[in-house]
This record gives sequence, structure tokens and C-alpha cells, in this order.
Amino acid sequence: MTEAALASTTTRQRVLGWLQPHRIVLMGIALIIAFASVFFLRWDWLPNYASLAVQGLWRTIWLLVVTVALGLALAIPFGFVQAAGPAVLAWPAKAFCTVIRGTPLLLQLWLLYYGLGSLFPQFPWIRESVLWPILRQAWPYGVLALTLSYAGYEGEVMRGAFAGVPRGQLEAARAFGMSRWKIFRRIWLPQALHRALPTLAGETVLQLKATPLVATITMMDIYGVASRVRQDTYITYEPLLLLALVYLTITGILVFVFRKLEARIPARLG
Amino acid sequence: MAVFGASSLELLAIEPPGRGASLLYGFGNSIGIAVGAFGLGFLIGVGGAYGKLYGGPVLRDLLEVYTTVVRAVPELVWILLLYFAGTDLVNQLLVAFGHEPIDINGLAAGVCILGIVQGAYSTEVLRGAILAIPQGQIEAARAYGMSPGLMLRRITLPAMLPFAIPGLANLWLIATKDTALLAIVGVDELTQMTRNAGAATKAYFTFFLTAGAMYLALTIVSEIIIKRIERWARRGMPAVGAH
Repeated sequence: MTEAALASTTTRQRVLGWLQPHRIVLMGIALIIAFASVFFLRWDWLPNYASLAVQGLWRTIWLLVVTVALGLALAIPFGFVQAAGPAVLAWPAKAFCTVIRGTPLLLQLWLLYYGLGSLFPQFPWIRESVLWPILRQAWPYGVLALTLSYAGYEGEVMRGAFAGVPRGQLEAARAFGMSRWKIFRRIWLPQALHRALPTLAGETVLQLKATPLVATITMMDIYGVASRVRQDTYITYEPLLLLALVYLTITGILVFVFRKLEARIPARLG
Repeated sequence: MAVFGASSLELLAIEPPGRGASLLYGFGNSIGIAVGAFGLGFLIGVGGAYGKLYGGPVLRDLLEVYTTVVRAVPELVWILLLYFAGTDLVNQLLVAFGHEPIDINGLAAGVCILGIVQGAYSTEVLRGAILAIPQGQIEAARAYGMSPGLMLRRITLPAMLPFAIPGLANLWLIATKDTALLAIVGVDELTQMTRNAGAATKAYFTFFLTAGAMYLALTIVSEIIIKRIERWARRGMPAVGAH
């Protein structure tokens, strides 16, 4: 038997092992519920809002990717100075992480949007600057709040990850005559990122679940679109159920991608 | 344009022109909702963990769907779905039994919604904690002929506690912060009261920073208490995580 055939039989056995009789019945019931909701619930609003929904979906994904990337870029220095930096830098970073993790994101978002939003127009030089057309919109505040939040939570994770890299690795790098920057770039950072990767998946799913908060400051993400449908048409459940399905799908994709990513990286640490 | 002027203190005064009393009222409601949701979540979690570990195949699969779906969809979506569906359901039941429809109490709705969400996370935390109990203790309890209820009360719950406390502590901190989300359905908790106060006076910074300090104080006090409980629950066990 060839290797490929062997692999395919084990896959088939795995699928067959998973498909126990009660699961087939449960899946049948789920299918019936799905068909019933397609036929008996109201979906006539869907074509009118399709383009808006695609835009909203795009905005949600864009917001997730941008804030995770920026937040991670901030979390690395925040985590590093807490693990190995001087007290002058470690304390502010620790205070930042504590405040971000100790208060609700919705409050932080509203503080930035309503607070800064009501403060900025009082200064004529801000109102006349080139940035004003951007600062008048909602998205800079949404991006800022979500980025700081991710940096706060992930900064704590990166602190542990940097502290967890074995000292022998760093000593060996020093013995090779590497400069401090090269040690950080080639040894310390990659190993810390390896260690942080499993939690990164969870934090990114949490970040996805935080994105709909921006709808409260008038950003039209996919959640905002569902709210708009409810306000326009007085249809309550259908948009929300579809919304839950959309988030379920995105979470599934995220978990799958991170699992593939983790599998690519050798698991041996130390 | 006094952002942090002397007027800030007047705005925060407890007496009626100041908003201090309404912020404290909201804070009290937030803590109450968090306690209720955490408690309800714990009860669901105990049942869910037991079902996942000792239940039949159908129950186990249904619980898996519950924990997976609840944890994959944003709390904000659940709050809207369960708030509308819950109030609809209660009122339809009342009408069906010949009563007048009522306005659902926001606090009770908040406790139920956040409790259902917390239950999914609690289930996973407690399942892991029960699995961490040395198997011999459970077998010994069975060998003594203890009924499942007695075993839960005397052996499983006390023995799993030290393993569950870090996860449960995390859930408590999440519960305190998730109460803020109830502001979107207009429950009178701290974030909602803060936004109302800010909108009425335009002193957004004063009120949001004060509310932030209140949440932070709650978190820090909770962490101190959690540390004590953890030390108490782990008494007589070897130290972990020593560097």
C-alpha cells in the first residue's frame, strides 16, 4: 500500500469514527432547523442590504487585521521593557497594561471618541490642520482604542514570553559575539514569538469579538449593518442570526489558519 | 472650556446637581450584575462540565455546540439576541396565560444574558479542573458508594477548586468588564450612567476617567482578594510556578 493510500484510509476511518449514529441524527435535526429558518423566516430584506453587508464585512476584517498588526507592534516593546528593561520604562508599561486590562474596552472607546471628539474642536489650530477631516470621522478613534486594547493584553503575554526564553540561549548568543540588537533580532524575539503563538490565536479571536463595539461610535462594520437593518425594517432576529453565523465563520477560519501556522513551526522549545 | 477645572469636583458631587450619586448607583448595579452573572455562569458551568465528562453522547455533543458557538460569537451579538428573544418569549408566555405584558427588568435580563455567556467559559474551566483531580480520589468516592450528588458536594467541588480558581478569577474579571456592554440595551449600569452624565454636561473626560478609575479599583481589589482565596484553596499543596 502506498503512503498516500494509507493516509487516505486513516482520514476515512477518522471521519467514519466521528460519524456515530447519534451525530447523524443531530446533523439531520440541524439541517431541518436550517431549512425551516430559510423558508419560514423573512429574508426579503437581504438583496437590498447585500452591498452594504459586503462593505461592512470588509470593514470588520480590515479593522481586525490593522489593529492586530499595530497592537502586536506595540506589544513587543511593551512586553520587552517589562521583562528586561530598566524600571523607568518597565513601570509605565506595566501601568499601561494594568489600566487597559482593568477597564472595559467600551469605556475606553467612548472616552476617546466622545472625550477627544469634544475636546479637539475647541482648539482652532487642530480644526484648521490638514488632519481635521480625518479626526472628524469615527474610524481613527475605533482603530486607536482597539489597537491600545490589543497592545495591553498582548503586552502582558509578550512579557511572559520574553521572560520565558532560556538564559542559556541568550548567553550562547553573547558568546558568539553577537551585538545586543542582533541577539534581540535573531534569538530573543523569534523564540518569544514562538512561545506567544498559541495565545495569539485566542487573543485574535477575542479581538474579532471586540470589533463590533465600534458600531456604537457610528462605524458601519458588519454588526453596524445588522443594526441598521433592524432599525430600517423592524426585523429583529434574522439579521442577528445571520450575523452570528458570519462571526462563527470568521472565528472558524481564524482558528484554522492559526492551527496551520502552529503546525508549520516546530514545537520543540528550549 | 474647563476640562479638568474646579467644576469637575462639583460635577462629581453626591448631591443632586452633581452626578456622583448616579455614578455610584450605576457602579452598584454593575457589581450586582457581575456577581449574578458569575454565579449563574458557575452553576451552568458545573452542570455543563458534569454533562461533558459523564453525560451521554448526545448531551456531550450538544454541550460542545453550546460552548463552541457561545465563545465564537461576540458578546454584543448575544446581548441583543437574548435581550430581544428573552423579552419576547416572557411576554408571549404571559399573554398566553392571560396576563398583561410587562417591561423586563434590565438588571435581571443582564444577569441572565451574561450568565449564559459566562456559563460556556465556566464549563470549559471547570471541565479542565475536574480532569486535574487525581483519579484515585474519584474512584475512592465511588468505592464508598457515594451518590453522584454527594460526591459532587464532598469530593469533586472541593478537590477541583485549587485547579479552577485561576480560570474562575479570570472569568470574574471578564464579568465585571462585560457588564459595560449592557449599556447598548440601556441597562442602568456604570458605563450607561457615565455616558448619560457626559452627554448632559459635556464633561466627558471628567466622567469617563472617573468611571475608569472605579472599574480599575474594582479590578485591583478583586485581584487582591483572589490572591488570598488562591492561597487558602492551595493550602497544603506544593507551590507552583516558582522561578
